[in-house]
Amino acid sequence: MRTLKEAKVGQTVVVKRIGGEGPVKRRIMDMGITKGVEIQVRKVAPLGDPMELNLRGYELSVRKADAAMIEIG
Amino acid sequence: MDIRIALAGNPNCGKTTLFNDLTGSAQYVGNWPGVTVERKEGRLKGRRDVVIEDLPGIYSLSPYTLEEVVARGYLVKERPDAILNIVDGTNIERNLYLTTQLMELGIPVVVAVNMMDLVQKNGDAISLDKLGQMLGCEVVTMSALKGQGSVEAALRAVKAAQEKKEAALPNVFTGSVERAIAHIEESIAEVVDKRSLRWHAVKLFERDRKEREALDLSPALKERLEAHIAKCEEELDDDAESIITNQRYAYIRRVVERAVRKRAAGHALTASDRIDRVVTNRLLALPIFAAVMAFVYWVSISTVGDWVTGWTNDVLFGEMICGNLRAFMEGAGCAPWLTGLVADGIVGGVGSVIGFVPQMLILFLMLSILEDVGYMARVAFIMDRIFRKFGLSGKSFIPMLISSGCGVPGVMASRTIENDRDRKMTVMTTCFIPCGAKMPIIGLFAGALFGGSGLVATSAYFIGVAAVILSGILLKKTKLFAGDPAPFVMELPAYHVPAAANVLRSTWERGWSFIKRAGTVILASAVILWFLQSFGVVDGALQMVEDNNTSLLAAIGNVVAPLFAPLGFGSWKAAVATFTGLIAKENVVGTFGVLYGFAEVAEDGAEIWSLLAQDFTQLTAYSFMIFNLLCAPCFAAMGAIKREMNSAKWTFTAIGYMCGFAYAASLIVYQLGMLLHGGGFTVGTAAAVLALAALVYLVVRKNRHGRAAGAATSVRAASLE
Repeated sequence: MRTLKEAKVGQTVVVKRIGGEGPVKRRIMDMGITKGVEIQVRKVAPLGDPMELNLRGYELSVRKADAAMIEIG
Repeated sequence: MDIRIALAGNPNCGKTTLFNDLTGSAQYVGNWPGVTVERKEGRLKGRRDVVIEDLPGIYSLSPYTLEEVVARGYLVKERPDAILNIVDGTNIERNLYLTTQLMELGIPVVVAVNMMDLVQKNGDAISLDKLGQMLGCEVVTMSALKGQGSVEAALRAVKAAQEKKEAALPNVFTGSVERAIAHIEESIAEVVDKRSLRWHAVKLFERDRKEREALDLSPALKERLEAHIAKCEEELDDDAESIITNQRYAYIRRVVERAVRKRAAGHALTASDRIDRVVTNRLLALPIFAAVMAFVYWVSISTVGDWVTGWTNDVLFGEMICGNLRAFMEGAGCAPWLTGLVADGIVGGVGSVIGFVPQMLILFLMLSILEDVGYMARVAFIMDRIFRKFGLSGKSFIPMLISSGCGVPGVMASRTIENDRDRKMTVMTTCFIPCGAKMPIIGLFAGALFGGSGLVATSAYFIGVAAVILSGILLKKTKLFAGDPAPFVMELPAYHVPAAANVLRSTWERGWSFIKRAGTVILASAVILWFLQSFGVVDGALQMVEDNNTSLLAAIGNVVAPLFAPLGFGSWKAAVATFTGLIAKENVVGTFGVLYGFAEVAEDGAEIWSLLAQDFTQLTAYSFMIFNLLCAPCFAAMGAIKREMNSAKWTFTAIGYMCGFAYAASLIVYQLGMLLHGGGFTVGTAAAVLALAALVYLVVRKNRHGRAAGAATSVRAASLE
């Protein structure tokens, strides 16, 4: 299964499933990363982590470790 | 009875601007009880009977972050008369997510769509009628930045409060979820406040732990609820919390499809996107960051900041106030102790509080601009990779940088860090970075014992940075910083031109809170230490002494000196110098001067180098230096720590930790140094070896407390690589 962490910069992907549990998962979902949402990977920070995403019309940054919990199609 | 209106909205939605606009100068700024989350309250301009409560900016009402818990607690327990929910029109989907939660509380809600001008500029359109129809509440527009429509929005909220027009519940949940929630509502109708029945039912469905604790339901009822939830989870193959979030966003999609018309599909680049392409560009981001930081440092520490601090301390307080006051009091024939108390103790103490303020205001002005523009979030984005390893935030970079000039504004600069744990960690460690006032101490010993070698100063910075890194790793594994992991899922808000009024107000608030909250501690400690330094028992009577050698402080120094013996500087002179260093670190040099019989010495104490070289060896001097660089900072910085921690326990923990760490570091350096110089293995050496072993253990041990989810994530991430 591919995760958001492996998505390339510039790619637009659709979220299939969100793994993990508790506060981290809740926070990710509260920010609008839910099943079926389209996410565009904008860029990766200069030091290689975190990554910048565009979804629901705004910019969000997540760490790669957290992005690895988000399965994409 | 006053009418209470709560302002609720996401961070960066323009809430602060609106609040300032609505209340003007009639504001009260404080803290929510027991936490460092700022609480702001004010009265509506022209309507003194309306109290506006500015809730912290939040994305959701989940039970996890401090801000969310504070906002929830206020809304559920204190029930304001109406909620004015500010929604950023350019980011409406995510903003409405909070709205769907606020509507469930059974409190009248008015939705104010902000930044309508930007929405129109982007070529989009929002139909207020349709939005209001679907949400089931009143919707108005405003532009907080231009001050348009804000008072009207507030008055609508007042009207809604007076009419007690509760928001109709929108049809957020569908199918089996709605049925399950309805069942839960039925089961708990007798035990909760009926007005917020939906809120309680949804929270119980989510298995919200704060709600469960608060309600204390019977085991039979709990079991019944659990059956409803489990059935729903099985049907939808997801956990309850996710089901709710999914349905809320699905509902918002339906609302947005009806009420918002987007100009074109796809991701058109806005002006903000174009700026960000350069500012967080892979190649340019770090050079731009370095340039911005260099500029902030240059203005607030090296040039303007240094001039204003120098002028306030030396000219304004030193000559104009202190000098003239002393001349006046002496002329009027006041007793010398009274002149001393007023001129040196009190005015000097006040001066040491006020002296920091101009520099702080300049720094805060720059930080407020960076924050208001939206660059602060980018700082965290760029630096996160490095700092999170030490349990710090990317935003910790700024406090650390500023602390190399002065720890007081450095500690205060930690305010920009949202996460409570990251902020506390930053406050606890940032004073390890050698500040400007510690430079004379380094100069003194470098000159007296190391032939003026520049390596001494360089090594001091290395020790400072190493202390920060070790402490970060060590502390994040302790119980103090245990608990739920704080996810780094951060919005990068669109850049915008800062509002002058906002910037100036937040600058002033920070400066004033330092004077008010830190000032008392600083003043009291300065006066006490002045007394100990200027009085002594001579000929069996307490009287004022000219010579520090006979002061009460010298007596105390004698008592505590043995404590420092294992560090190699157990003389009372070194102990006294360490104490006076608490008033201001550069005092260490002056104190040594006085104790060696010089009334006044140069900044680096060149006059006493030869005398110092007789009492200290290179090793003891270095040990003394390390201790003084790392131990409790000056009173002003301690005051700042108290202000930022907002808790006596945390303040003492922080200062205690610094002293303990300094003691251990000096002990290790001195004792192991002695061993290498053929001093033989003594009890001290054993203690140093133990301290070193403990330090290594604390740094490398596994993290048993909290951060479990985060750790699990990184393990999974590692296995994927």
